[in-house]
Amino acid sequence: MATGIKQQDRQDAIAGWGFMTPALILFAVFVFIPIFFAIYFSFTDWNGISPPAEAKFVGFDNFRVLLFEDGIRRADFFKALKNTAYFSLGVVPTQTALALLLAVIVNQRRLRFKSFFRTAYYFPSITSSIAISMLFLFLYQKNGLVNQVLQTITFGAWEPIAWMADPRGLFHIIFGWFGLTLETAPAWMQANVLSLSVWDWLSGPSVALMGIMILNTWTTIGTMMVIFLAALQDVPREVYEASEMDGANARQIFFKITLPLVRPTLFFVVTLGLIGTFQVFDQVYVMSSGGPAKTTLTVAYLVYRNGFTNSQMGLAAAIALLLFAIIFTLTLVQRRITEGKKE
Amino acid sequence: MTASSTYTSVRQVSPWRENLRLVLSYALLFLIALIFLYPFVLAISTSFKTLPEINERPVALIPQTFTLEGYQRMFALNVGRWAFNSFLIATIVTVSNVLFSGLAGYALTRIAFPGSRFVFLAIIGTMMIPGIVQLIPMFIVLKSLNMIDSYSGLIVPKMVTAFGIFLMAQFFEAIPREIEEAARIDGASRFRTFFQVVLPLARPAIVALVIFSFQGSWNEFMHPLIVITTNQDLYTLPLGLAFLRGGLGQNLQWNALLAGSMLTTLPMALIFLFFQRYFIEGISYSGVKG
Repeated sequence: MATGIKQQDRQDAIAGWGFMTPALILFAVFVFIPIFFAIYFSFTDWNGISPPAEAKFVGFDNFRVLLFEDGIRRADFFKALKNTAYFSLGVVPTQTALALLLAVIVNQRRLRFKSFFRTAYYFPSITSSIAISMLFLFLYQKNGLVNQVLQTITFGAWEPIAWMADPRGLFHIIFGWFGLTLETAPAWMQANVLSLSVWDWLSGPSVALMGIMILNTWTTIGTMMVIFLAALQDVPREVYEASEMDGANARQIFFKITLPLVRPTLFFVVTLGLIGTFQVFDQVYVMSSGGPAKTTLTVAYLVYRNGFTNSQMGLAAAIALLLFAIIFTLTLVQRRITEGKKE
Repeated sequence: MTASSTYTSVRQVSPWRENLRLVLSYALLFLIALIFLYPFVLAISTSFKTLPEINERPVALIPQTFTLEGYQRMFALNVGRWAFNSFLIATIVTVSNVLFSGLAGYALTRIAFPGSRFVFLAIIGTMMIPGIVQLIPMFIVLKSLNMIDSYSGLIVPKMVTAFGIFLMAQFFEAIPREIEEAARIDGASRFRTFFQVVLPLARPAIVALVIFSFQGSWNEFMHPLIVITTNQDLYTLPLGLAFLRGGLGQNLQWNALLAGSMLTTLPMALIFLFFQRYFIEGISYSGVKG
């Protein structure tokens, strides 16, 4: 009997590792080993063109230049970080709230054409980001659909803008309404923090960046809605019926019943949103290439630009590692906050 | 039914208020549907317009002069080849992803082999690493393996995904052990049990993974962007489109660009319309229930 079990264990070990072999080889070659490469190259001056073996080891130079040395590279890194943060802060709450709202509406029992609405909202999520970016580039032209619609609903008050060519920051525009411009700004706003002026830090997302933010929200809402719908459908009908019997109104039901029940899903959706928005790349590549005036330069695009356009692969690897650290930290912080609220 | 009539009488909501709420819901939902779908409608229409007309009336829904100019230009630019590449790559990637993820997912959940726990965590852990972070390591490896500017560079790194393994593992976890044990007692090997008993049972998970893999590969941009540096015959549809956008400068030939965009969108749209149930199921497998 004992030898039988041993025999079985051995067979299982062989079968297990055998079944794993294709996946393990692919993961080793294209994921695990490359990660160590990337860490190594972030300490070199490799340009991405010459043979990797010729890259010179430069210690912490790349990280120092990005974080501690005043200059264009630190300015670009923090500019990209600032743009990405505005992007994330704008997109994640908006898409999460709208997706949850849509899910709750579509989930109504008496509602008809449910599958039509679900299909329509989810459709943009399955399409190519490049094709969609092209499409929005067309809609964002000065005489394009977006401006025309805005003009119609404001009864002509809206001044058409060339969205993707407009570097003005949202907060700067708002400051302008109160007469605050770069020239009239107080001295502390001109001060330099991490190679950017305080005034620059407070720009808000540029009009061009908002263009990409709207697009991103538009394409992701559907996915998030479907995730929320799956969670909502797990809530037994009786829970709602009982609370309605007790005289709860729609708002009470939403905040006291629905929201607590979908909290784990909410965490999942916000995490997905954070990870997604912190690596926006495709849309930037097609729609703006980081411009105008670097206001759509995101961290992901900066990695690409440094590595593949400016031949600074070592520096790009360092930025990528810093980005990973940021995303990882944000996810942890966010988990802490969500769990803390649960009590 | 009875429950609903009971509580309406309890709450005494006037029927017209209830109806008003429903009407407002519909109005809102249709408006939002319009926001999600109209851009596609306009893009299709614009892809059949002439360039002067697009400049003059970019928001008109019906083309004044119907033309295939945009599509002809795209085909002259080799869009057929790009579509072929996209299709070939997506097909190979999908088949191998299902096979390798299936094998791995099965081993990790159903075979008690030493080290399985560690391997599982290591693989799932890579899902935490954002794609953009993997971009440079990937380039370094492909360059050292001489896989830049080749089909193998486009295909091989994508032949198995952590997501695929995770999805299959979750599904295998739910299949009752008795079923395969019966087959094993009959003397079938692990390998045969897997292909003849377990895999057929996993059909819903496989369909979801097929759709996700195909969609992911078809729409993938960043990977082909770094793999293909000079050889335009290896362009995929998204890469070709992005290249056109860059190459045409300020005077964009919108009918051609939107024709290309719609050609890229169409196959996914058809797959989606036919299999949308699986898209939605797939999303719910992908983590919410995990």
